[in-house]
Amino acid sequence: MDKVSIVEGGAYPLGVKNVDTDMIIAAKWLKTISRVGLGKGAFEAMRQDPANVFDDPAHAGSPILIAGDNFGCGSSREHAAWALNDMGVKAVIAPSFSDIFSGNAFKNGILTVVLPQEAIDRLMDVAKTDPIHIDLDAQSVTTPFQDRFSFEIDPFRKTCLMGGLDEIGLTLAEADRIGAYEAKVKADRPWVSAAVA
Amino acid sequence: MTKPRTLYEKIWDAHVVERKDDGTCLIYIDRHLVHEVTSPQAFEGLRMAGRKVRRPDLTLAVPDHNLPTTARVDAQGKRIPIADAEGAEQLAALERNVAEFGVPYIGPTDEKQGIVHVIGPEQGFTLPGTTMVCGDSHTAAHGALGAIAFGIGTSEVEHVLATQTLLLKQSKTMEVRVEGTLGFGVTPKDVVLEIIGRTGTAGGTGHVIEYRGSTFRDMSIEGRLTVANMAIEGGARSGLFAPDEKTFAYLKGRPMAPKGAEWDAAVAWWKSLVTDEGAVFDKSLFIDAADIAPNVTWGTSPEDVVSITGSVPDPESFSDASKRAAAEKALEYMGLTKGQRMQDVSVEHIFIGSCTNSRIEDLRAAASVIEGRHIAGSIKQALVVPGSGLVKRQAEAEGLDRIFTEAGFEWREPGCSACLGMNPDKVPSGERCASTSNRNFMGRQGPGARTHLVSPVMAAAAAVTGHLADVRELMSR
Repeated sequence: MDKVSIVEGGAYPLGVKNVDTDMIIAAKWLKTISRVGLGKGAFEAMRQDPANVFDDPAHAGSPILIAGDNFGCGSSREHAAWALNDMGVKAVIAPSFSDIFSGNAFKNGILTVVLPQEAIDRLMDVAKTDPIHIDLDAQSVTTPFQDRFSFEIDPFRKTCLMGGLDEIGLTLAEADRIGAYEAKVKADRPWVSAAVA
Repeated sequence: MTKPRTLYEKIWDAHVVERKDDGTCLIYIDRHLVHEVTSPQAFEGLRMAGRKVRRPDLTLAVPDHNLPTTARVDAQGKRIPIADAEGAEQLAALERNVAEFGVPYIGPTDEKQGIVHVIGPEQGFTLPGTTMVCGDSHTAAHGALGAIAFGIGTSEVEHVLATQTLLLKQSKTMEVRVEGTLGFGVTPKDVVLEIIGRTGTAGGTGHVIEYRGSTFRDMSIEGRLTVANMAIEGGARSGLFAPDEKTFAYLKGRPMAPKGAEWDAAVAWWKSLVTDEGAVFDKSLFIDAADIAPNVTWGTSPEDVVSITGSVPDPESFSDASKRAAAEKALEYMGLTKGQRMQDVSVEHIFIGSCTNSRIEDLRAAASVIEGRHIAGSIKQALVVPGSGLVKRQAEAEGLDRIFTEAGFEWREPGCSACLGMNPDKVPSGERCASTSNRNFMGRQGPGARTHLVSPVMAAAAAVTGHLADVRELMSR
């Protein structure tokens, strides 16, 4: 994973609540065996509306997306994170996220920044004309108008994002512990230790 | 004395490989289901890094999402390829990957093939007290048997394939207690829709639900599978039922369930998997079963629930401004007007199937309403898609297929079908479907499709009347 520290630039002021993963990337785009190229299918239904934020020249190519509550609800498809990545979105700011989506975003180096609705309202306003600055190390979102909002992030996720760490590599280094756990389960609960003979 | 623990905490504690200083735990995963749509990039990641699947014997792969539900073999018994090039390539990738990495596989023409969440319990792959994952959010279903089961993204699929573990933070706990006997014509689907209608789609975020109370104790395992399946629709990644005698009776003798002395030892341990007296939940919801009627959805979120005797709500009735805006948008998309009676909403499509409602009890229930009747003339397509080849065979042995086909339904091969619009089974734009599936999102059943989530008997009632209907008026007591 690439290292993440600063995300800066324009933001799509979407603001909608309950943006589900079917809206981010519809099922017809899931028939791929690749992680790239999904940007062209992102928010396809919303983009039918000529007034959509994604095709507005004032926002095209923005690295930040601002949304309402419960962003990414629904399906576990990581294609939603891949689609955002592919369209260049590196951070989503919302009052809340679905658990599965925020995990998927993290695995792909996309920041999910949780801020209260008042902050979202302010940033939606700023995003109409000006850039937004997210500093992961400082855990802050700032604007050219001296706004400053602090956000919380899981310390483990922060370390992984800032260091660009390979989580699977980290876990594989624990292979001995995993093996010891498996040996203990085989003794204590032998019926779970082999499903398919 | 040790601190009283919830069922979730007991299973969690039994799976901690390592606890890190910040509370993150390395959790062992006992069972991993794999399907064609969310796995190709995970296997590709392993291949690029030169990694192996750590425990293929704890992994089971089956295609379900993009498979067409039309005939899979021709008259000569030869497999019929998927016509759609991308779908065919995705299936081929799965078949290459399971062969290369040695993962057990149930192929499209195997009678055991079906929707991942139907075959897991059916094969006894799902067991109480286990941790179970799949790259699909409806993995929550397996919680019906007392497993911590949850959906994961593809990067996590790769992590589990490589290490058989996941790095996780313990969730909060939420108790959903329903007490009493369900009314006539009221099913587990109506119960779970009622729950989501009350909590909202984010009410369970960050939590694992435990379903408690007499209504759930009296519910069959298949009914519990329907309820746990939609835990994610209320935001909870998992929903759990304490294993009981019904669970043990359901599992005994299943191909992958323990046998002999191991069975006895397993049951003894499973019996300890109950929430201790005095254990505390972070959140609670109580519902009186008598307050639940057959439910339908009116909007484009599973929380948009109303009783079949009710009407389309007025967006202005919502106090939250963003909910008002969402409701207005939903009514426009759904082609409904505020105050319209739900029973006056006509439908052109019927879908009985999906990991929520495609098991034998669902098909029996729907058939009991259909029997001796015919679908209304205004219905353009009515599909019944059994959850697995074994469900299909059982239904055919009971003559249910004939009840459906004589009534005008199409009787299909198992798969996810019209639940998610990524195989040929779709609802055309602007047309309306009474569906036993789990999501009514915009475009879910196809671009522009309008979905009303209902129980199998309510789907049957809509099929024979041509509109959303109160099934209680069609059933004999």
